[in-house]
Amino acid sequence: MRVMLEGSRAVAEAVRLCRPNLVCAYPITPQTHIVEDLSQMVADGRLDAGYVLAESEFGAASIVLGGSAVGGRAYTATSSQGLLLMAEVIFNIAGLRLPVVMTCANRAVSAPINIWNDQQDAVSIRDSGWIQLFVEDNQEAVDTHIQAFKIAEELMIPVMVCMDGYVLTHTWEPVDLPEQDEVDRFLPLYSPAYRLDPDDPFTMGSMVGPDAYMETRYHVHMDMMEARAVIRRVCEEYSETFGRGGTGVIDTYDTKDADVVLVSMGSVLGTMRDAVDELRDEEGLKVGLIKVRCFRPFPTGAVHDAIKEAQTVGVIEKDISLGLEGTLCSEMRAAFCGEESPEISSFIMGLGGRDITKGDIKQVARDLASNPACRVEFRGLREDLMDGDER
Amino acid sequence: MKEIRVHGRGGMGNVTAAELLAQAAFADGKYAQAFPSFGAERQGAPVVAFVRIDDKPIRTRQQVYEPDFLIVQDAGLLYSSDIMEGLKPGGSVLVNTNRPGEELPIGKEFKIYTVPALQVAYEVIGRPIFNVVMVGAFACATGLVELEAVVAAIKERFPGELGEKEAEATRAACERLGECG
Repeated sequence: MRVMLEGSRAVAEAVRLCRPNLVCAYPITPQTHIVEDLSQMVADGRLDAGYVLAESEFGAASIVLGGSAVGGRAYTATSSQGLLLMAEVIFNIAGLRLPVVMTCANRAVSAPINIWNDQQDAVSIRDSGWIQLFVEDNQEAVDTHIQAFKIAEELMIPVMVCMDGYVLTHTWEPVDLPEQDEVDRFLPLYSPAYRLDPDDPFTMGSMVGPDAYMETRYHVHMDMMEARAVIRRVCEEYSETFGRGGTGVIDTYDTKDADVVLVSMGSVLGTMRDAVDELRDEEGLKVGLIKVRCFRPFPTGAVHDAIKEAQTVGVIEKDISLGLEGTLCSEMRAAFCGEESPEISSFIMGLGGRDITKGDIKQVARDLASNPACRVEFRGLREDLMDGDER
Repeated sequence: MKEIRVHGRGGMGNVTAAELLAQAAFADGKYAQAFPSFGAERQGAPVVAFVRIDDKPIRTRQQVYEPDFLIVQDAGLLYSSDIMEGLKPGGSVLVNTNRPGEELPIGKEFKIYTVPALQVAYEVIGRPIFNVVMVGAFACATGLVELEAVVAAIKERFPGELGEKEAEATRAACERLGECG
């Protein structure tokens, strides 16, 4: 059913359609509307689930860990400081192989405190062992949440659906919500191979010494590497059922003959698609773009193949590994592993909610076309706040 | 694509006005997008919300810098900040005011619509809920969205007696519309 909804409400509806047994969260902006809606659904009887308002994000993550360990389909959502406060439990959920699904409504991290959108929160937790999928619009947010439970439960790896805070969570736009029976067919009830059960006791999360710890990490890593194929397959199945949502780990747009390839994650890709069209139509610049939808596991082979013919690549991202460059940029470079690669530059933009305009994106492409050399740059800095400190 | 910027102060229902417009456009079979300019969401602080309406899917996410239309919920903002910035030449401004458009500090290159939205809200709803009056006036003034689609969106959002009164106020707005330029 095609409806006009706020992004957060659309996500709440998608989660409801997945029939979670447990929803537990602590409200933090810009995630709040999602869990408000879910708690209302539980109160109204539209969703037959336990809803727990935790005392903190640490508590929320711990409670979904427990809910998942006893065999429930468990969901939570958070942002920014909330995700960082969850960090210890986030690693535990992944290490215990619990298929929790979380929405991260991406927001900048403190200090200075800033409630607006960037992607530093999710990117900072990339090594936790969660699959991280970044969505471009609210339709993709709906579709990806439904896919996320299936991917998580098949692999026993938790999935974080990352959607830009405000830019998506607070935006009203049309979305097509699937019917319950369609979702039920796509996503059967969760029946775990193992779960904590007092009638059939076993231990989960016991201490592992130097004799075996490393192998546990190896297994998680190898399963993460293989997860790329599972993600692709689940998205294809989803697309066969619902007629959309088939983008697996990356999407390419006009890359075939492109000299300049722009790369990004999340909602800015919509603006970037418009920018690419205009640069091609009005300026004759051969520009293409790559959407990295799956950030973890990293789609190394797919991005390698998509950019190997390009002359120069600009990675536009809303995060920075302070003291190096944008994180996605480093990973694009790593895809070549010593092999000759195009120039790959890092453009840090849109931190803390600074708007990224179509004009900003077109200027990055023009600058790369005239000077393809590899570099790291902040774009959109305010000169009046630089105190002449431009290095 | 048509772009609209809604200016007001926190508490005036700017975001709701933007959402109602987008909902109405969607009901008319168009693509639409509505979002707030997130920031100082305090009672009384200047706030902005944005709407895009198009016949094809809307991909861009940047804020609206060169709107076709402005909706000004608090005429005082015309004097205290540069809310006119970026309005396209030939663009239209709808202002909540009892004064004629000629008296407002708006350039002659723009079309000006006025509606005494606060007064209409008090007369019809009995409460100062004037954002719905502004949305109705916008529909009548510009034809960009159908008035009946706006009324339907309001009734869906605010079921019951309040929604009925708001719908009535929305329709009343059209009879009180002034224009110049």
